[in-house]
Amino acid sequence: MIFWIIAGWVGYLILPWYGVEDGFFSFEWLIDGYPFDDDYAPAAFLIGQGEKLWLAPLLLPLLAPLLVLRLKKSDPNYARILILAGAAGFAWLMAQGFGIGIRGFTADWLVALFGELDDRQYGMGYGGLLVASAFLFLFTQGIAARGAINGDVFVVSAIGGVIVIVTTFVFFPIAKMLFAAFVTEDGSYSAMVFASKFFDDRLWGIGCLYGARCGAAWNSLFLAITVGVLTTVLGLVFALVVTRSGFRHKRALRALTVLPIITPPFVIGLALILLFGLSGTVTQFVSDLFGLQPTRWLYGMPGVLIAQTLAFTPIAFLVLIGVVEGVSPSMEEAAQTLRANRWQTFRTVSLPLMRPGLANAFLLGFIESMADFGNPLVLGGNFDVLSTEIFFAIVGAQYDQGRAAVLAMVLLFFTLSAFYAQRMWLGKKSYTTVSGKGDAGVHPLMPKGLAIPVFLAAGIWGLFTVVVYGMILYGSVVELWGVNNTLTFKHYVTAFSVRIEDSGIRWSGAAWDSFWTTIYIAAAAAPLTAIVGLVTAYLLTRQTFAGKNAFEFGTMLSFAIPGTVIGVSYILAFNVPPIEITGTGIILIVSFIFRNMPVGVRAGIASMSQLDKSLDESSLTLGANSWQTFRKIILPLLRPAILAALVYSFVRAMTAISAVIFLVSAEYDMATSYIIGRVENNDYGLAIAYSTTLIFVMLGAVGLLQLLVGRTKIGRRTQFGSGEKP
Amino acid sequence: MNKLHTLAISSVVALSAGVSAAHADKLTFYCSAQEDWCQLMARSFEDATGIDVNMTRKSSGETFAQIKAESANPKGDVWWGGTGDPHLQAAEENLTAAYVSPMRDQLHDWAISQATSAGDKTIGIYSGALGYGYNTELLASNNLPEPACWKDLLKPEYKGHVQMANPNSSGTAYTTLASMVQIFGEDEGFEFMKGLHANINQYTKSGSAPIKAAGRGENTIGIVFMHDAVKQAVSGFPVKVVAPCEGTGYEIGSMSIIDGARNMDEAKQFYDWALSTDAQNLALQVNAFQVPSNKGADTSPSAPDMSTIKLIDYDFKTYGSSAERKRLLQKWDEDVSVLPQ
Repeated sequence: MIFWIIAGWVGYLILPWYGVEDGFFSFEWLIDGYPFDDDYAPAAFLIGQGEKLWLAPLLLPLLAPLLVLRLKKSDPNYARILILAGAAGFAWLMAQGFGIGIRGFTADWLVALFGELDDRQYGMGYGGLLVASAFLFLFTQGIAARGAINGDVFVVSAIGGVIVIVTTFVFFPIAKMLFAAFVTEDGSYSAMVFASKFFDDRLWGIGCLYGARCGAAWNSLFLAITVGVLTTVLGLVFALVVTRSGFRHKRALRALTVLPIITPPFVIGLALILLFGLSGTVTQFVSDLFGLQPTRWLYGMPGVLIAQTLAFTPIAFLVLIGVVEGVSPSMEEAAQTLRANRWQTFRTVSLPLMRPGLANAFLLGFIESMADFGNPLVLGGNFDVLSTEIFFAIVGAQYDQGRAAVLAMVLLFFTLSAFYAQRMWLGKKSYTTVSGKGDAGVHPLMPKGLAIPVFLAAGIWGLFTVVVYGMILYGSVVELWGVNNTLTFKHYVTAFSVRIEDSGIRWSGAAWDSFWTTIYIAAAAAPLTAIVGLVTAYLLTRQTFAGKNAFEFGTMLSFAIPGTVIGVSYILAFNVPPIEITGTGIILIVSFIFRNMPVGVRAGIASMSQLDKSLDESSLTLGANSWQTFRKIILPLLRPAILAALVYSFVRAMTAISAVIFLVSAEYDMATSYIIGRVENNDYGLAIAYSTTLIFVMLGAVGLLQLLVGRTKIGRRTQFGSGEKP
Repeated sequence: MNKLHTLAISSVVALSAGVSAAHADKLTFYCSAQEDWCQLMARSFEDATGIDVNMTRKSSGETFAQIKAESANPKGDVWWGGTGDPHLQAAEENLTAAYVSPMRDQLHDWAISQATSAGDKTIGIYSGALGYGYNTELLASNNLPEPACWKDLLKPEYKGHVQMANPNSSGTAYTTLASMVQIFGEDEGFEFMKGLHANINQYTKSGSAPIKAAGRGENTIGIVFMHDAVKQAVSGFPVKVVAPCEGTGYEIGSMSIIDGARNMDEAKQFYDWALSTDAQNLALQVNAFQVPSNKGADTSPSAPDMSTIKLIDYDFKTYGSSAERKRLLQKWDEDVSVLPQ
């Protein structure tokens, strides 16, 4: 507690209150006019110089906790003072942050009340941040002192912390965006604006039924449902091949399914153009063979559908493989003993038990398709979908934030409905088949009638994937695709050349800047994602508290929100004080953390439910507090989950495009947005060469991870042993 | 005592002044031309002045959106390249700052008239005429006649062979729409757009995409700026460039200083440098075939010869204004884009 009181004072007296323009990690301010320069002064110095007087009331809640130091923890005043001081301080901090912006007061009624303010303020910096956290944790300490959650300070603080950051980086931007949908051109609010943008023919038109074009909303919905169904079916096919057939090359098949996950999103689209476009290799071959007139059939729904199915099937596979393996063989054997044939067994026992997996796989395919940006951009033709429409509403010649917000709301509505429908469908039935009792059965093979189409589908898909990736590799080493097929490494040289000069190595290739930024951002985001995810998982599995369901929903929400929506809402929310982080690397890191956190939560919950609660209890009985228990008992046992979360967020940070495209800036350009720029510029060679390099970098990262996971498995037994001894 | 005090203060001031002078000068540069040109401009300016340049390349629409979004708290300093309309729009909305460069007497008249029509808030750096290009191989394999005029594109045999960008998302396509309205008059111009609509196979999002698709053989005819088509031809694609017989509109690629720029001095320095012959000659190194605004700058022999092209008297002031743009785009949305193809 003393720590947070000191932290509050340090933030107020010593650190610069406002954000330093040169960047969060630049310390130039130390030698540049600190502590008197306005830009770098701590709050106390500002007030001392008679500026930013609205920061002065913060002194009171900073002083109040000092009184507590002499009180006992059981004294009711102890809790009361901390709660009051923390809440009042935090509230005032928020109020002044939102009330006073770059142009003085931000709301008309404030001007009406206090008159025009001559002063202004920028976004909070180290000082503001530290003081805000100090207030928050003083508040949670107060709550804990009142006896919440058995007075457990660590748990209460963790809950408070997660709630505040999720509110700040998920709910606040989304709410801000929803408001933008109601803003009229002159800046006031009106429901009519929303209605006129919502009931737009470009959104809901059903022209495609009679020859014209359909609205983007219908297109997106139809595409997402089709992709969801197709990827689920194909994912199931692969899961069946791997678990229920005598197929020999299961490892190769698994490797093949990992590839699309680590592929930058629009590369598949490019390869498809080079294969099936008007002048594509396959198109030319077929038209020469049969004397047909080549067409542009690829551009539009068919192309996007193929590309998305290729890209998202592996995700469905990864979801389904666990479920298909998890169906208890004893159930199936029981059915067969009751004289059901293989087909009946599959249809009436195995398939219904796979329902949760099927529903999850469909949901993932649906959401991924809704949010996908790269493939529709490259292959969409005249087939407009919501994600690209949102992008062009923001960046197009018509610049209409309101329209983007309305489109984003429609998109959000679709994904949340799918989320809800999935829960309804699964209902409260039990799908548990794995129990503590030994289960020594063997999965039956697939029925014959199923095996043939399954192998056929798997074979075709596998071959197709190999061809597509072969094309990608080939495309990166030819001079000019389709025109000049001389082999060359010039694209790799342009992207990744290195010059050695007197001053050291000069990274002269065009791609280095974005490459290093991407690695840096991905590496920074991954551990933070894992931490936030695992702490949340710990709270959800190990603690009970009021409002836990709402808490769980909040942490999972960002998963159902497509990246485009996140991107737009982050721009709207974080370009103005109190949190002003657009154009920095921080906004990229933050967006990745909250995009990928749900995966960390899920992985954490999954492995934590496997750990017996008696482990924690014995640690607590031996006198450890819950923080020590978390750190010394639970965390070491969670290594596989930690690594899964780490690799997932690392890979996603390197391949994501939908949110990133809005958030990159001059200093922080990411690989994916750089590549899409090259694609726009007809520079396919360079784009593909860069993507290929990224694929290999990520393969290396995944390989490294698997090595580490392998080691943990062996190490685990000894840890169990030593963990119990002391 | 007093003297000592003053001395102390002045030395502190001197010290802090020295420290801030030691700051590396820097410039945040928004670029809306092609990537390699942007890179070259940024690096060359660094070499010429020692100022660190932070460059972001985004299309002119994206950059305009960004500058507008950041207007409460500008992050960029100077915006160079891209078609003139968004620059004029930015000037109209006071997102950019007025500046009169000493380099003006070296410029062509059209570059200066761009500046005067916007209250000195923008200036012309290059110009390029609108036209179209076609893929000669595809044209031959489909047995199509060679088009030479705008009206040729309405012929039914070109159905499914013509591509242009969507005027809602692309400045190039908006220039096309505004040019047709100016060449044929508003009613006939929209009739032209409707006829064209029947032959269009795709409205792309980005302005130069149609000719790039034509170069790769994914499309036959692309309506674009001629210099974009020339670039494809020079890169080795089978593309032929056409200057339509009825005359054509043109764009003036522009440059503006962002209002409230954090590095105003460096921005002005860049502005002056970008208008010099040295800077404008860089275009040739990256196959940019626009006509430079400095009278003394070199033009490429591959560039379309502006003196032989029939240029209309394009009214940038009217057709660059937000109101007119909105009206035309809405009319296009309601009358043209909804028609069956």
